[in-house]
Amino acid sequence: MTSDVTRLSAAEQAKLFASGEVSSVELVTAHLDRIEAVEPQLNAFIHVSAEVALEQARQVDAQRAQGEISSPLAGVPIAVKDIVVTKDVVTTAASKILEGWVPPYDATIVEKIKAAGLPILGKTNLDEFAMGSSTEHSAYGNTANPWDLERIPGGSGGGSAAAVAAFEAPLAIGTDTGGSIRQPAAVTGSVGVKPTYGGVSRYGLIAMASSLDQAGPVTRTVLDSALLHEIIGGYDPHDSTSINEPLPSLVAAAQQGATGDLTGVRIGVVRELSGEGYQVGVSKSFEESLDLLRAAGAEITEVSCPHFPSALSAYYLIMPSEASSNLAKFDGMRFGLRVEPEDGPVTAERVMSATRGAGFGDEVKRRIILGTYALSAGYYDAYYGSAQKVRTLIQRDFTAAFENVDVLVSPTAPTTAFKFGEKLDDPLAMYLNDVATIPANLAGVPGISLPSGLSDDGLPVGFQILAPAKADDRLYRVGAALEKALENKWGGPLLSQAPELEVK
Amino acid sequence: MKQRKLVGMSTISEDEVARVAALARIDLRPDEITRLAGELDVIVESVAQVSAVAGDAPATSHPLPISNVFRADEPAPALPVAAALGAAPQAEDGRFAVPQILGEE
Repeated sequence: MTSDVTRLSAAEQAKLFASGEVSSVELVTAHLDRIEAVEPQLNAFIHVSAEVALEQARQVDAQRAQGEISSPLAGVPIAVKDIVVTKDVVTTAASKILEGWVPPYDATIVEKIKAAGLPILGKTNLDEFAMGSSTEHSAYGNTANPWDLERIPGGSGGGSAAAVAAFEAPLAIGTDTGGSIRQPAAVTGSVGVKPTYGGVSRYGLIAMASSLDQAGPVTRTVLDSALLHEIIGGYDPHDSTSINEPLPSLVAAAQQGATGDLTGVRIGVVRELSGEGYQVGVSKSFEESLDLLRAAGAEITEVSCPHFPSALSAYYLIMPSEASSNLAKFDGMRFGLRVEPEDGPVTAERVMSATRGAGFGDEVKRRIILGTYALSAGYYDAYYGSAQKVRTLIQRDFTAAFENVDVLVSPTAPTTAFKFGEKLDDPLAMYLNDVATIPANLAGVPGISLPSGLSDDGLPVGFQILAPAKADDRLYRVGAALEKALENKWGGPLLSQAPELEVK
Repeated sequence: MKQRKLVGMSTISEDEVARVAALARIDLRPDEITRLAGELDVIVESVAQVSAVAGDAPATSHPLPISNVFRADEPAPALPVAAALGAAPQAEDGRFAVPQILGEE
């Protein structure tokens, strides 16, 4: 198995492709074989687009034969979260309401991925419309955590994280509204990055909360995330909130970090994102990483962000409010499911209500109704209005903190992966999974999660790094330095300690 | 502006859930209404703390300061009609076919 290309990082696979040692068709085939072998246990994909991927791979191989290599990741296959639209490939957002929907256009990031020569293996599972922290709210079944098949892979991007952690794909796309890239990365021992808001185009993402949503890389190494981030990032005239500036040099920052030297880098530990509610093994792993960062030359101080404890509340008003508006388009008229009422007049309004009643799952209904309530007459100022003010306070906390430190750090999630069903009947307990990741979304700042080791229960723990807006390069420098120090200590990547999945 | 009292008040009755679900155009079964009333009550009571924290800070609707931009007024290809209608539940004569819009008897 050691000569198996699926075990290599994306950067290593790209190198073999560029040097002519393997073809893109071979890389795609190896991953399709792996998918076939482990999918019965994992269910990380909603749809595997084998033919499309092979056709793309043949094109990339033909280009290489002409001496053309379109990007540093050319030839390397990728999986895409099924909330990103793909032309001619089924896109469901893990909802019954979009079952079988074939989009007539590509998201900008999909266009960029194709132009960069990355064949798309398929569409990964998620919580319906990305609403959840465990991928248990998918209409297409649970995805299992490769570390323990009885446990959740995080959410909403559990499919992308599980696919990457289980070597079904070296790269995947995730989306992060409150932690949906970073928290699944944490509980599966993989790497995930939420870029600065506006740093990666949202055109073609099926929107949950437009002021919070951001797409980003899901990978096994920090360098792979940087390589993918540079491909999908940058200005897009189709997205009115896209930042019209060049990205910082992310790959160079990751390479600089990998030298292991962090002399002069100021790291702030967020006091409010620790202590009560954080599993002992999570805190211990976090502290061990701080020691490694200190040994690498970083200066570590404690920083207070006094309004972070209110972030979760503000988020659970702003996000459902925006979602209730964004999901109004699922009305049974132009695409997706249409259900007629069982009795009474068949009017557009009644068809819309019947369609949404039948097509949306529990969590989506819960959030739309919560958002509609928060925006309704008499409640707007107290709920949505107050939440927007709290958002300002959180942004000010970040601004004040970044006057004294270069990056902020915390555990990514308060616990390791929990068992299926454990939190399904308690929405509030489920929402608490995102307590450490949500502040970044409210402020638009970038964040990364990388594995910091195993907790006392033998499950992976995530280490989160947050940087000021548009300073995504700092995530990669500090992240790569920590990754290097940890792998030196472990003698290899954390994922090599994951149990081997049974292969059919 | 008048505000309803929020914290510590059981605000979400089953009637309220039914009213809001109607606004949101979602048909709910009676058991869903009962369950949602209980769940939303707990959630709303928890998130209502924002009104105590907010103070007189200005509201932020967007993570980064941006100003409106206009693109150049240049013709660009649009989605072909067949592609736009391709996923519609029902289409006729190059248009979306929908149920009657007005609800009068």
